[in-house]
Amino acid sequence: MTVNPTISEPSVSAVDFVREETREALTPGQLVWRRFRKHRMALTGAVGVILLFLFIIGGSIIISETQANSTDLVNRLTGPSSEHWFGTDSVGRDVFFRIIYGGQISLFIGILAVALEVTLGILIGGVAAYYGGWVDALLMRFTEAMLSIPSLFLLIVLAKFIGRNVAQVTIFGRTFSGSIGIVILVIGITSWMYLARIVRANVLSLKQLDYISASRALGGSDSRIFFSHLVPNTLGPIIVSATLGLASAILTEAYVSFLGLGVQQPTSTWGNMMQQAQSFLIRGAWWMWVFPSLFIVFTILCINLMGDGLRDAFDPRSSKNI
Amino acid sequence: MWAYIVRRLVQALFILFIITLLTFLLTHYSSDPMAQYATKQGMTAADREALRHSLGLDQPVFPNQYFKWLGLALQGNLGLSFFSKQPVLLMIQQRLPMTLILMGTAEVFIIGISLVLGLVAAVKQYSFTDNLITSLSFVGYSMPIFFIALGCIEIFAVEFKLWGLPYLPTGADIWNPKDPIQMARHLVLPVFCLVAIQTAGYSRFLRSSILEVLGLDYVRTARAKGLSNRSVLFKHALRNAVLPFVTIIGLDIPFLLGGALVTESVFSWPGMGRLFWEYAERGDYPVVLGVLLLTSSAVVLFTIIVDVAYTVVDPRIRLD
Repeated sequence: MTVNPTISEPSVSAVDFVREETREALTPGQLVWRRFRKHRMALTGAVGVILLFLFIIGGSIIISETQANSTDLVNRLTGPSSEHWFGTDSVGRDVFFRIIYGGQISLFIGILAVALEVTLGILIGGVAAYYGGWVDALLMRFTEAMLSIPSLFLLIVLAKFIGRNVAQVTIFGRTFSGSIGIVILVIGITSWMYLARIVRANVLSLKQLDYISASRALGGSDSRIFFSHLVPNTLGPIIVSATLGLASAILTEAYVSFLGLGVQQPTSTWGNMMQQAQSFLIRGAWWMWVFPSLFIVFTILCINLMGDGLRDAFDPRSSKNI
Repeated sequence: MWAYIVRRLVQALFILFIITLLTFLLTHYSSDPMAQYATKQGMTAADREALRHSLGLDQPVFPNQYFKWLGLALQGNLGLSFFSKQPVLLMIQQRLPMTLILMGTAEVFIIGISLVLGLVAAVKQYSFTDNLITSLSFVGYSMPIFFIALGCIEIFAVEFKLWGLPYLPTGADIWNPKDPIQMARHLVLPVFCLVAIQTAGYSRFLRSSILEVLGLDYVRTARAKGLSNRSVLFKHALRNAVLPFVTIIGLDIPFLLGGALVTESVFSWPGMGRLFWEYAERGDYPVVLGVLLLTSSAVVLFTIIVDVAYTVVDPRIRLD
């Protein structure tokens, strides 16, 4: 690497530029990683997310779920102490333990809801753009209709529709309230619209390109063109909106649970811990809602920072926020 | 232009048809409004059937019930609430002003504060002030509104009362909305919460759009002419930068009609959001559908108005 000697103080970008010129070509993935690494806020967010996962997984190894659900009516509504770090709730359960297990459920719901959102978004947006014509018109009007209903209203109507009687489910020897599945469905079904629009716009411009015609001329089927050519090439925006979608899915879970439509007790989530705390607000039990809220804010903040960094990394020209 | 508007209006009708059909089917296949009478004393199964028949609930949901509801709704009759037995339209008329007061007050502060914050952050890019504003708006953006709401109640209502300081009401008490002083006292906390959350997103948006414009050639030309910073910023840059900002506000305004469901519930504000929530919980479809129809029609209509207005303000954009 040589730096022009006439420049007295080479700026960082100038050095990087020379470096990039002299090295061999990088794959798109490497380029993204390189730009992401330089984004200090994004790295902070990524580290925060990793720490959070370590905390939740490590915590559930040390502390059993029985401990998190065990009630102790003598020590109910006690403030933070050396025995109960974050205090106890209205039936004497340890808030710190419940945050660990609640976090598991909140993140689990978030991840599965985003998976559903991404699947729906790719299928609806992709099919609309790929087939065009009346299919496109119909699907896009449907998308706009979903977008025109205030999201919390839609969420409530849908939650009321799906959520009547659900049995408990047992997975890996742990019993979960069946309402987890409902919450995942409700969040996934009400959040795919923006992604579908992004995918549609991308596929519309991609399908005009020559390599798609080439693939078709070689006898590639619709599904092959769609899944092995069009989708991979629009992966950048999909990853970005999936990351930001994870943040909003966790936030939505909190809202839904706060309204009492979410996951039911005894399974805890950060959202239903807040809902429970609301009734004890006047009695000064601040630890019941402050700690779960701080975890919600921390998680969403870190994921959002990461998502912002990814957006810049995938598209170096765009510096737009929101 | 006119062809475009007509086409958009036709599309809008179709969108509204999808919205009404979707929400009608979803609400009518969820909870049974008759369930609350199941345990009522002095009511036999035959009485319940008679009531079901008189409410028209024994007919097929689609197409019979749906088109009956749609036909009446088009004539401005949204039906009667199952519970309060009042016309839905009247109930909405009672709640709408309260929501408009709450959301209108909040919106004025939100726009004003985010204009200032976005402007300062953009002009002093990467300074300490900018970093502070950007970090705070990131935190605000990541925060569920009930966190701030519960925090406000805890500090300004519960603790202040304990300390003997003048405290703010939470809404748990009964108050008279006709008294302007009581109204103002009850407005403070919910407006503060809405402003804290909404300002974050808006100011970030404005900051990035100002920065984008400040990097354009015509701004450099204006500076090269020797214009002062103030005049470059306010007369040249801001005008273009504010355009997308006005657009997102325009697109958000119809959503204000729906009120703020969580904030209204936490602070017991008698607005549209709480109306929706209270009656959705009981499975009272006429009210739920009425609120949904009103807000989503406003959203659909405003989207068209904003799109058309945009071409008037910015002649570079052509509708096609």
